[in-house]
Amino acid sequence: MSDPGGGFLDASVVVRRPQHTLDAALCAERGDVVAVIGPNGAGKSTLLRALAGLVALDEGTVSCADRRWEAPGRRLRTQDRNVGMVFQEQLLFPHLSARGNVAFGPRSRGASRRVAHRLADAWLDRLGVGDLADRRPAQLSGGQAQRVAIARALATDPALLLLDEPLAALDVGVAMSLRFELARHLASFQGATVLVTHDALDTLTLANRVVVLDQGRVAQVGTPEEVSSRPRTGHVARLVGLNVLRGTARGTDVALADGSTLVSVTEAHGEVFAAFPPAAVTLTAEEPTGSARNRWPGTVRSVVPHGPAVRVHLDAAAALIADVTPTSAVRLGLEPGRRVWATVKATEVAVYGAEESLPSVP
Amino acid sequence: MTSTGRASVGRAPVRLVAPAVLAVAFLVFPLVALLVRTPWSTLPDQLRSPALADALVLSLETSTAAMTVAALVGTPLAWLLARLSFPGRSLLRVMVAVPLVLPPVVAGVALLTAFGRQGLLGQPLFEAFGITIPFTTAAVVIAHAFVALPFYVISVEGALRTTDREYDVVAATLGASRWTTFTRVTLPMALPGVLAGLVLGWARSLGEFGATITFAGNFRGTTQTMPLLVYTDLQSDQGAAIVVSVILLLVSVAVLALLRDRWFEQVAR
Repeated sequence: MSDPGGGFLDASVVVRRPQHTLDAALCAERGDVVAVIGPNGAGKSTLLRALAGLVALDEGTVSCADRRWEAPGRRLRTQDRNVGMVFQEQLLFPHLSARGNVAFGPRSRGASRRVAHRLADAWLDRLGVGDLADRRPAQLSGGQAQRVAIARALATDPALLLLDEPLAALDVGVAMSLRFELARHLASFQGATVLVTHDALDTLTLANRVVVLDQGRVAQVGTPEEVSSRPRTGHVARLVGLNVLRGTARGTDVALADGSTLVSVTEAHGEVFAAFPPAAVTLTAEEPTGSARNRWPGTVRSVVPHGPAVRVHLDAAAALIADVTPTSAVRLGLEPGRRVWATVKATEVAVYGAEESLPSVP
Repeated sequence: MTSTGRASVGRAPVRLVAPAVLAVAFLVFPLVALLVRTPWSTLPDQLRSPALADALVLSLETSTAAMTVAALVGTPLAWLLARLSFPGRSLLRVMVAVPLVLPPVVAGVALLTAFGRQGLLGQPLFEAFGITIPFTTAAVVIAHAFVALPFYVISVEGALRTTDREYDVVAATLGASRWTTFTRVTLPMALPGVLAGLVLGWARSLGEFGATITFAGNFRGTTQTMPLLVYTDLQSDQGAAIVVSVILLLVSVAVLALLRDRWFEQVAR
């Protein structure tokens, strides 16, 4: 295999389906954990399966660890790629013990039974389930099974670790404790990790880079902090709970799609996103008379508890979310259909370019 | 009659219970009659009959041989049908199932036209090597395999289809070749279905009559299996026929018990 050059993982993936096309590039260095996020149908799982060689590329290349995994007309079979994969539903082999499951990879790659079992026991210990080595998957809880599944994926010493929503099927508490443990294991992992997730918390705690997919294309690339504070898609805005409006900036004014104007303190020109947190939105019953220039009449769509606050979804200049105290929710008589005024201080609005080129791959 | 934890919706209507009882009686009565008419007093002597011993050994051997053949070629066929998409797969599935509905005597005639001394394959085989298949023990095995193979293939294919193909994917990501995946994942996961198929096919082949007598004939020691012995005895000594029948009945019941206790539950789980 020729030396493909570039990063540790260097993938450009085109998969055409009758309904949609995935066309995405992905790069990672050793030790990187790349979170792939996006709405359902954005192509996240297809991307992961393409990297694993489970889905044939229509165009593009995949190389990893100085080996060409896929190029036009040439593809390495999944079994010959040095990948490890963890699935949402664990998929432990039901007829094998936990030890047998973890030993399966090393055995398939030629290790003797004794060596494979010793390796499996070591990995089970590292994942904190060493005492469950003799159990069958049916005798494990969801969290225990996922630990075994992670041990199984890591036991083959993969160059590329693929995690397909590894915590999504677990109870919240179990997911939380496993999330921090997973972060620890990923930190010491020598290869690259690609993590598909729906969870903003996974992204923030596990990943050091984020790729946002939208309709089969990369909509944004950045660190978790960049992506969560300056989302470019509605999906990520909802995921991290930010209001994100798109408009055209001229100076500090941003002309929104509905014809109204949003004022910030940032000078910008051209297509921009304007983001502000829900807590920055003030709701009043009457049109406010203060200095705030960002104010819109709107209609309350829903009112739900959100931690100590009350989260209000409303149709104003766009679909907005506002967090208010329970006291003001009662005082304003907030209920679906109620007409209110929404106000946002200019200093609370972050403005960033929509046309800004995507950060190029390292 | 309310069982615990189940809501009662009233008594079972007579219109359903009465025919059901009739059906049970219809199924059980002939078997009871068989047991009633068994010549229990002379049974020990009957059991020592050399013809019975020959037939029993031959039946067990040929059925086991037939199922060995079925396992060797039927398992790969079941895998092909369950796992690969290829043109004509539906047609192939139908063709595999034909011997299930074919009258056994027709199967015997078909086997003669294929492997008989004037058969399509049998004639060149005889002329080239002097090999004769019909009316040999090999013919019994062939007849048994022909009728039992579909039972086995359909059972195993069903078991393979119900095992999640994602496990094949998992095995591939762990570096397993397709063959390793088959032997270490697919087959073990389908094992209850494989065993059930073996037992069903074995029982079917143990009871095989029509194809065997047509293709293999009825020669004591070489082709006279248990059902054929029943048929022969029936023409001279009904008591002996009953004894052989009772033995076959016991074997069948044992097979059923084996299936229920060991494997049906595993399949259900």
